[in-house]
Amino acid sequence: MTTLTLGKAMNEGLRKAMENDPKVLVMGEDVGKLGGVFRITDGLMKDFGEERVIDTPLAESGIIGTAIGLALRGYRPVCEIQFDGFVFPAADQIITQLAKMRMRSLGAVSLPVVVRIPCGGGIGAVEHHSESPEAYFTHTAGLRVVACSNPVDAYSMIQQSIASPDPVIFFEPKRRYWEKAEVDVDSSDWTPLHQARVVQPGDHVTVLAYGPSVKTCLEAAAAAAEEGRSLEVIDLRSLNPLDLGTVVDSVNRTGRCVVVHEAPVFSGFGAELAARITENCFYRLESPVLRVGGFSTPYPPSRVEDHYLPDLDRILDAVDRTFGW
Amino acid sequence: MTIDSVRGAPDTTEAAEPELVQLLTPEGERVEHPDYPLDLSAEEVRDLYRDLVIVRRIDLESVALTRQGELGIWASLLGQEAAQIGSGRALTEHDMVFPTYREHGVAWCRNVEPLNLLGLFRGVNHGGWDPAEHGFHLYTIVIGSQTLHATGYAMGVQRDGVLGTPSAGATIAYFGDGATSQGDVNESFVFASVFNAPIVFFCQNNQWAISEPLERQTRIPLYKRAQGFGFPGLRVDGNDVFACLAVTRKALENARTGQGPTLIEAFTYRMGAHTTTDDPTRYRLKAEEEAWKLKDPIERVKSYLVRNDLADSGFFDKVEDEAKQLSRELREACLALPDPDPMTMFDHVYAERHPLMTEEQEQFAAYLASFEEESK
Repeated sequence: MTTLTLGKAMNEGLRKAMENDPKVLVMGEDVGKLGGVFRITDGLMKDFGEERVIDTPLAESGIIGTAIGLALRGYRPVCEIQFDGFVFPAADQIITQLAKMRMRSLGAVSLPVVVRIPCGGGIGAVEHHSESPEAYFTHTAGLRVVACSNPVDAYSMIQQSIASPDPVIFFEPKRRYWEKAEVDVDSSDWTPLHQARVVQPGDHVTVLAYGPSVKTCLEAAAAAAEEGRSLEVIDLRSLNPLDLGTVVDSVNRTGRCVVVHEAPVFSGFGAELAARITENCFYRLESPVLRVGGFSTPYPPSRVEDHYLPDLDRILDAVDRTFGW
Repeated sequence: MTIDSVRGAPDTTEAAEPELVQLLTPEGERVEHPDYPLDLSAEEVRDLYRDLVIVRRIDLESVALTRQGELGIWASLLGQEAAQIGSGRALTEHDMVFPTYREHGVAWCRNVEPLNLLGLFRGVNHGGWDPAEHGFHLYTIVIGSQTLHATGYAMGVQRDGVLGTPSAGATIAYFGDGATSQGDVNESFVFASVFNAPIVFFCQNNQWAISEPLERQTRIPLYKRAQGFGFPGLRVDGNDVFACLAVTRKALENARTGQGPTLIEAFTYRMGAHTTTDDPTRYRLKAEEEAWKLKDPIERVKSYLVRNDLADSGFFDKVEDEAKQLSRELREACLALPDPDPMTMFDHVYAERHPLMTEEQEQFAAYLASFEEESK
């Protein structure tokens, strides 16, 4: 076991993938000598060379577009989008090309490209550096979308994503980069990539989260426990495909569900969860599925972001409301 | 007051820019260019002529099929045959092509069955050939996207360490004058330049992006843009199959030997509509089309063959018959294309099993089956 921050676990996972497969490339803005603005690719250029760790021109569409071409030539590019809000110049290549080329070729073409996106708020950043754009990508057929929440998953999920023959959008919770945990870097006995995990068993209310919100939900569960409420917290880990079975089993037991994410609630991923839970657990539900998330506003200036982001109190408030029906 | 009257007319015309590589005049006269010597046997010229005639015939048949409701739409290559056959026949085994949706002539050179192209426009699939098998990537509908894929592919060739060896392949990206305004095309120029990627950018400047003339995309000749990105650019007579062959050969060879990218601007003309849904009478003059008709890419090769006694009427008749026969067969095969089984919608979305695909496919199958039960 090694104590690693989430950021360092990402770095170790990338390193392992590059060691295991010479076709794995890392590319993005400042990923080389600098090691990325969050240092996730620190030391990789030094150890694997400029041919495999590519400091690209400052053009996100160019990064994804050329990654597609590299994948067509047999490489497995891992692209870093520097911040969530900068993925939009690349959205065209991701949505119209990366996601669809396999079907366009009737299965002849696979594009094993990973797009890493540090996401979410809470770091006091300027505009476009705190967003949660996952729903744009879960809505796009042909992409796999995952979100890690802790160092253990960061280490394994990045390697699993790189091994996937399908394109994977990989969300990293940037404000959790410095969270530490014990990681067994020699083991490859990992939870399957697209399997959700019950991170806190409980009986009264199911709380669904992913990425940076998982930790907040665990804190809410601890606070609720003091008041005699038992929350079951599930880390979804994968948004597309979604491990609905784990969710349905839990909600069928608890009869109550709160979904938490940083993205705006309106048309957010929670809407999909609420609809599917309603369809699958209708007769077991004691209350509607409630959603806690960002407001339907642009991400606010950082001095008020604590009010925008779902915190412990807003989660507990929603939990309380599920008992009001 | 128009913008042009304030700023002066854009410098995009042939007259303002006489640098045009030409090896065969519109009258079929062979001219030499010091940088592009080309020695073709009579048979090679006849083969080029055959290619030109066949791809034009296939194109006409496809337009007819669209008019008759058998294809949803068709993007005609009429007028651009020389640009496509010339560049297409410059390609060798290891080269890789990234086309737009109008490169039917290049597809022909890469042995992609014309029926495959018709399948896309008929709506039975979105393409469906194996790019690796033909060295010809899938048609790309979004303007300019493929130039980045081509650049990335070329960067892959570079990383394979094959440049300068017999197994080196160049990558060639096709696009039009409209695409040069796209961010992706400009980004691909930047990437190709800074990484010195083994790529040829082949721009067919057919003067029109649907209804917008070249002046709406650029104020300088397109090939001159290359200089700003740091690699050579040139303009070739896009209706001259010899010149297109020669300049593309040289650019491909430069790429294969590690000398980096080239931008070729093939100066040509879209004789037909943008697609079968377009109506050029709304935005351009008949006189312009008539002027370009005199520069027809096929007629000048025919003149050259006749003038030099390299082919007789028997040859021309034979080619004509072959083209007609091919298009007849193509028409029959097109009409016989089966509609895909609706269940195949769910295939090939993901490489590995995906629960949602399985779930929706099963639900849809059960839904369809319920009608069959009712009708029993």
